[in-house]
Amino acid sequence: MDHLDLLEAESIHIIREVAAEFQNPVMLYSIGKDSSVMVRLAQKAFFPGRIPFPLLHIDTKYKFREMITFRDEFCASIDARLIVHTNQAAIDGGANPIAIGTQKCCGLLKTRALLDGLAAGGYDAAFGGARRDEEKSRAKERVYSFRDEFGQWDPKNQRPELWNVYNARVDKGQHIRVFPLSNWTELDVWQYIGRENIPIVPMYYAKPRPMVVRGGSLVSAEQEFMLLPGEKTEMVMCRMRSLGCSPCTGAIRSEADTIDKIIDEMKLVRRSERENRVIDHDQEGSMEIKKREGYF
Amino acid sequence: MPTLLRFSTAGSVDDGKSTLIGRLLYDSKGVYEDQLASVAKASVNSSGGVIDLALLTDGLRAEREQGITIDVAYRYFSTPKRKFIIGDTPGHEQYTRNMATGASTAHLAIILIDARNGVLPQSRRHAFIANLLGIRHFVVAINKMDLVDWDRAVYEAIHVEFTEFLRRIGAPEAVFIPMSARDGDNVVELSPKTPWFTGKTLLDHLETVDADEDLAAAPARFPVQYVLRPDLDFRGYAGQMASGTFRAGDEVLALPARRRTKITRIVTWDGDLDGVHAQQSVTLCLADEIDISRGDLIVPVDQVPHVARRFRANCVWMNATALEPGRSYFIKHTSHQVRGVIRSVNFRMDVNSLERVGAARLQLNEIGEISIQTHHPLYFDHYANNRITGAFIIIDPLSNETLGAGMITGTEGKEEVRGQVAEGERSARFGHKPAVILVEDMESAYLLERELFDRGANVAVVGVAPVNALSLAAVAGLILIVTSGAASAIDLSGIATHEAVQQLERRGVLISQEELLIEGEGI
Repeated sequence: MDHLDLLEAESIHIIREVAAEFQNPVMLYSIGKDSSVMVRLAQKAFFPGRIPFPLLHIDTKYKFREMITFRDEFCASIDARLIVHTNQAAIDGGANPIAIGTQKCCGLLKTRALLDGLAAGGYDAAFGGARRDEEKSRAKERVYSFRDEFGQWDPKNQRPELWNVYNARVDKGQHIRVFPLSNWTELDVWQYIGRENIPIVPMYYAKPRPMVVRGGSLVSAEQEFMLLPGEKTEMVMCRMRSLGCSPCTGAIRSEADTIDKIIDEMKLVRRSERENRVIDHDQEGSMEIKKREGYF
Repeated sequence: MPTLLRFSTAGSVDDGKSTLIGRLLYDSKGVYEDQLASVAKASVNSSGGVIDLALLTDGLRAEREQGITIDVAYRYFSTPKRKFIIGDTPGHEQYTRNMATGASTAHLAIILIDARNGVLPQSRRHAFIANLLGIRHFVVAINKMDLVDWDRAVYEAIHVEFTEFLRRIGAPEAVFIPMSARDGDNVVELSPKTPWFTGKTLLDHLETVDADEDLAAAPARFPVQYVLRPDLDFRGYAGQMASGTFRAGDEVLALPARRRTKITRIVTWDGDLDGVHAQQSVTLCLADEIDISRGDLIVPVDQVPHVARRFRANCVWMNATALEPGRSYFIKHTSHQVRGVIRSVNFRMDVNSLERVGAARLQLNEIGEISIQTHHPLYFDHYANNRITGAFIIIDPLSNETLGAGMITGTEGKEEVRGQVAEGERSARFGHKPAVILVEDMESAYLLERELFDRGANVAVVGVAPVNALSLAAVAGLILIVTSGAASAIDLSGIATHEAVQQLERRGVLISQEELLIEGEGI
């Protein structure tokens, strides 16, 4: 077995454990490449049956249009049950990253919406596609990550996790976030997408797109309110390395328009994928703070 | 395509462990430029060098502020040959549980020794725990050699001392490498400062060591995780092969039902397989309609595991509330969870002196041997033979916390009887009858002793037999190994250890696994 076979077998084991031991699990589906891989692993885990739990998408309404189109087509094609949850009250109240700042915006449209969405479904386990190699605070997160009644993570008081034996016990109101891709790296994910021919949002592939060049970064012109006075769009050959909300997700200049080229680019790249995500850098240790509060 | 190697590291603030990992990540390009930049701007920077490689791996805020690593952190890097997963753990005694956690999934352990300080208790502790958790490959990194002027004598002295230590605890032989993690000597590139060193660099060794686990060669074990019944025509048992191999057509036994059947199909999304090997996740279809559910175990008909409610285990206690004999806990073992009572703490291991100490309870971070009785039988192998089917965790039914980790070392007798201990009870506990065995010399005596001891035998080497050897063995239920002097001894001199064990099985001295199964079955 090569490293992808081993990672796949380990992830399938985790997904089956959760389906067997929890009353009401749900798989968080972010439309990104990691979610695409996670959904494929769930398909494999229960073949020839269908995935025995729903997918939950937390929609901030600031996602790229291409992402939403892909989501609906993909979920229909695999016969998955999709649930979409939005913090509509906050959006109606005018929440956007310029008006209230990125920290508050994420807090309302992602963290709050996620906790509400989980509570609304009464889920006792939620799969997420996060990987330990993404960000420093994730390196110590368990595969089964315990959350209290308020959905919060306590990094100092995590359950020990040995071998492949997971502790699935929770009381009412508590839940477990489960990360079946914990041991995958970004490169593993791309190699697996290539090997398995997994459908992904076309925005991961390079093509000429209308972008605003702001300082060293490329900003999408999709949300017009994000443009500063005097800024104009221009066509730039680029692609997205990770997908988030359009106001807060930059693109990278790239010629990689196939999986093989993306993998080659990955092997050369010297900058991490979350670099273009504004929200990770708004304060020192910012991802850890968001996670303690319940952010994915 | 590359293979996968998981290894563990342990160390404390000053021995350069974080620097070593930072060096591996940095030199193999496992670190991105912007992560380096964020380290440079981090508010605490302890050493103030050009790049503090250690800061790359010290993740959480609290740890950054205190300058210590307090939990298991997993790191990833890969080379064209291999993908690596590092279970990186702190080294102080109060983090023994973290070390055990990091070691539980590792195939190899890197033991760090600061050349200036020589072998310290914490290096010994790390090796002891890694060995206890079943790691079979050790690398001893003798670090900070630059600070002892690359003195070969320093390296050799540590080599001799630590090799002797590993031998004492029954650990496998180690590979020793002199290095300076800070400057990268012998980490990725061979250092010009150690012309006397003929071994490989650390990375070269990690890339090439054959660390395939014995799981492939162990008897087949398939714990059922999930029953798949998508429609009336399909019924399959989903799980991850813990060890060994099954092929379609194999005759198997389902435990605890003890029903024989055949594997008809090995189903995966990518098509049916002819055979399934250790670690593969598949779905098995069987010829007969048998009532099989989650937690059951599918095994070969001729290689049945222990089935018992009473067993002994080494235990690492991981909670601030001490282990209390008599209390009821959940025991989670593969995909099987049962209620169980800890009947006794048999002894505690002093991890520094390696001596057995009497103890009534186990406190946080203490290691000891316990005896357990579960409400329903478990189907298990000894941990020394199978790291999956020999392992379990202990869960508090009230707080739901994971309290401890267990590694099964042997079965115990079944009945609770008062008064005098009968010979049969001793046999049931030790898995053998009393005997005096004659071997050629002390070397083969110790080899046989180790083999039997690891199977849970009550065995001792006495050299020249005392006059009353046989009655002594009978009274204590012992196997005594002698090199001369016993008239009624079983003569195994001149026979290889492996064959000697087989002979003892044939002669009925060692009780076979089949007999133990029957004994546990009636419970």
